[in-house]
Amino acid sequence: MPQIAQLAATYDSQIFWLLVCFGLVFFVIGRGMLPGVVSTIDQRNKQIADDLGAAEAARAAADAEEQAWRIAEGKQRAQAHDLIAAAKADAARTTQAALDAAAARIEETTAAAEARIAAARAAAQGEVQDVAAQAAQDIVSRLAGLSVSADEARGAVQGVIAHG
Amino acid sequence: MAEGKVDPVHQFTIEPLFGTDHWSIAGHNIAFTNSALWMVITTLVLIVFVGGGAKKAQVPGRWQMAVEGLTGFVDTLLQSNIGDAGRKYLPYVFSLFTFILFANLLGLLPLALVGIHPFTATSHFTVTGVLAIMSFAIVLIVGFAKHGFHFFSLFVPHGTPAVMVPVIFPIELISFLVRPFSLGLRLFVAMMAGHVLLEVLSGFVISGTNAGVGTFFLAGVPSFLLMIGICALELLVAGIQAYVFALLTCVYLNDAENLH
Repeated sequence: MPQIAQLAATYDSQIFWLLVCFGLVFFVIGRGMLPGVVSTIDQRNKQIADDLGAAEAARAAADAEEQAWRIAEGKQRAQAHDLIAAAKADAARTTQAALDAAAARIEETTAAAEARIAAARAAAQGEVQDVAAQAAQDIVSRLAGLSVSADEARGAVQGVIAHG
Repeated sequence: MAEGKVDPVHQFTIEPLFGTDHWSIAGHNIAFTNSALWMVITTLVLIVFVGGGAKKAQVPGRWQMAVEGLTGFVDTLLQSNIGDAGRKYLPYVFSLFTFILFANLLGLLPLALVGIHPFTATSHFTVTGVLAIMSFAIVLIVGFAKHGFHFFSLFVPHGTPAVMVPVIFPIELISFLVRPFSLGLRLFVAMMAGHVLLEVLSGFVISGTNAGVGTFFLAGVPSFLLMIGICALELLVAGIQAYVFALLTCVYLNDAENLH
């Protein structure tokens, strides 16, 4: 095994060159280049973290904005609803009033007409009774030769009308 | 190719390339060997890889993504094991993880096809041992600097009855002291075993093929198929061992950083 067979002859050279090479690696790379690499990594990680944080904050702001908008929209919707309901109620009231007035007028007219009709009917009835009473008087005097007074004839006619 | 020439451990031989005679520090020869060459290659590849991805673009390209992914991986490892205090160990643990990973992977490259023999530096315990001792030393330094002698309470787990302390303390101390050895040997053994296994199987393929048609189909072909699977396994092991080394360093650092 050369590692042992050559140990006495080569250990000083091995150790010397290892220390030279490893020293070079340590000071040139470890001390010289690595801090730059590490700071670049850290800077990038920080940048990414910051960007993510900013994005998160922007998202939260957008959410809050949306929430506020939603609330405002709800409020406006409710307001519009109230307005529509009030307008509807107003219109209904106006319509009702107009209808009531029209109904009252119609009622009045109808009542007057009915009264007129009733009066006309009563007058007509009276005339018919008179005519019937006179006719009855005439018929009685002609057929039986009896003279019946006008009041008696009228009473008889009224009795017949009343009994159908 | 003559039979019996496939030596499974020859690949771990260190061959001096230059500087054998006169490169020395305080009497220690520091010849530039193939092992050193592949450690240098590992370092250069690593610097090119991380350097190419170290652009500071806010929107990363593929390369930058790869480097940042690797960095993030080690960072997550530290974060989950040590917590926020783990950030300061990122340069060290990242260097450790990537150096081991790249050394492991480069050693597996099939460059022998073009005549270059890759050398796996992490298959030598002189290398893994130094890395392990480094991690262990950092743990000790941080532990004693942060907690002083209170660091020794690490060896007395929470809720240990007073009578058990004399027994528990040495056990915990030994398990603590064994850490650098287990850390270094685990990586060395895993890398060496994989390479030896591949070499032995390739020896079967070569010997089986040379021995005739019968042995070719009986031993050569199955060994070759097995090698393909084991190559994939070795790629996995290369990653896992680097990860384990970094993970255990994190776990040990957590002991030093947070005690318990």
